[in-house]
Amino acid sequence: MVDVNKLEFGIETFGDIVANEDGSLKSAAESIRQIIHEGEIADQHGISVIGVGEHHRPDYSVSSPETVLAAIAAVTKNIKLATAVTVLSSDDPVRVYERFATLDGLSNGRAQVMLGRGSFTESFPLFGYDLTDYDDLFNEKLELYDQLRKEKPVTWSGKFRPALKNQEVYPKTEHGELETYIGIGGSPESIVRAARFGYKVIIAIIGGQADRFKPYIDLYHEAAKKLNMPEYPVAVHSHGFIADDGDEAVEVAFKNIKANFDRIGLTRGWAPMSREQFDNETKVGSFYVGDPETVAQRIARTIDLLDLGRFDLVYGAGNQTVAQRERMIELFATKVIPRVKEILKEKEAAK
Amino acid sequence: MTIKRVGILGAGKVGIVLAGLALKAGYEVRISGSGSVEKIDLIIKTLVPGAIASENNDVVGNSDIIILAIPLSRYKNIDPALLKGKLVIDATNYWWETDGIREEVLEPNSTSSEQVQAYFKDSTLVKAFNHMGYHNLQEDARTKGNPKRKTLFVTGDDRTAVNEVAHFVDTMGFDQVVHYDIKDGIMTEPGSPLFGASLSYKDLKDVLDHFDQTEFGKKVMAAKLNR
Repeated sequence: MVDVNKLEFGIETFGDIVANEDGSLKSAAESIRQIIHEGEIADQHGISVIGVGEHHRPDYSVSSPETVLAAIAAVTKNIKLATAVTVLSSDDPVRVYERFATLDGLSNGRAQVMLGRGSFTESFPLFGYDLTDYDDLFNEKLELYDQLRKEKPVTWSGKFRPALKNQEVYPKTEHGELETYIGIGGSPESIVRAARFGYKVIIAIIGGQADRFKPYIDLYHEAAKKLNMPEYPVAVHSHGFIADDGDEAVEVAFKNIKANFDRIGLTRGWAPMSREQFDNETKVGSFYVGDPETVAQRIARTIDLLDLGRFDLVYGAGNQTVAQRERMIELFATKVIPRVKEILKEKEAAK
Repeated sequence: MTIKRVGILGAGKVGIVLAGLALKAGYEVRISGSGSVEKIDLIIKTLVPGAIASENNDVVGNSDIIILAIPLSRYKNIDPALLKGKLVIDATNYWWETDGIREEVLEPNSTSSEQVQAYFKDSTLVKAFNHMGYHNLQEDARTKGNPKRKTLFVTGDDRTAVNEVAHFVDTMGFDQVVHYDIKDGIMTEPGSPLFGASLSYKDLKDVLDHFDQTEFGKKVMAAKLNR
């Protein structure tokens, strides 16, 4: 059962390049500074968490999300600071621990690690890893991260990194443990793995109906029970766009999300997104697009259906303007979130 | 041959979706992952209750049709002798994000299904279920005659086998466009306008019939001329 009072709402950005009003593009540097400002807005409006992705491509501005989060930390008070996601497979778990422990210190305990395999693979050749080791890399590095997270001396050896012998890592955090999620794209094995490590789970639903994921969420809970590990309410992240006018929202989202998906599709061999596909995604699929009421109804349905503890909306896909991005965050915070809670409370009362 | 029992090699996203469709269509379904039964047991029980989680030997030995639902780069992990004499659906594609550099996985002058067929030389290979995204496969399956029904491409060298697989695809909830040439598998590989698309019979056939006019078709033709 959804606990409305404990529900968390987040925004996440992949660091898409921001557009000027005339359609020209801002620089990556300007786009990064815009994210800091958006973190500030989100915090002022009481959004629970901001997540920043890690990419190593020309169409995204952020390759070092903890640095961006550190700047957001300095101008905010309460918002949690997450990566969405940290590509652990091509990173060094020791460095990951150190960066987040530092972020945690300077933000008064607001750092949140989200570990994933990443849906992009540019970081593999960039840091000298072989894509065919995809699974082994993640498994091994997660084992090491899990030990480091206990903040005790670590003795460890593996295939992809020099061994550690009774090694301390610093700084220690104030709460003794970094809050850690595992980001999952829908592979059943990943779900069982997250349960095995006892981590929180955030599922990226970027296409198709949320209903499809119900059995996967059951799987997480079943696996946690079977393995005798803690169970947490599951979080979901999906794309969305909100504007005051519903039709305008749909047109802006179609142009931008399509451009974004098609550009990625080009390198992966997907066919371009058709209008039929897009409309399907906004009506019953995983794009949360429209005026605040429409988006609130759809988010409430998903939270209720999947029994979630947290819902993150991915904002800024494609090349949106400052006004579009900031208005969307304001509407999400001031109209959508309160309305989602209201709908869920009504549903609960009716049960 | 009457197909009653379906065996799926691969318990990932695609394998599980196909297991779900096959159960719904009334087949007896066996499925195996790359590891032990224990590793996938809970996954299968929860996601596709009714399917039998097993190991490759049992899946192949007790099924009338086999579906390869593994990353292309792993097909050589399966002993070709195991699939000897079997009707095999190849649902794999070359996908650089999981398979790595093409030259390391495939010969330069042939298509992936030709190579999978060459490796499983004593099996009859038919390519299908490879070009539609797994969530479309799950959500777009419809009964015959439904105006919203989508279509899958089915191709292979053995005419009888292709027709059998086309019938199987029909029972799984999709119309079919059929070719009788395994090399045509390239027409639905990543880069093709059909890869990742979920189309009606008319739209799918239309692209296939005018394939040489698509950007991807032109590239494929150019590559052929260079052979």
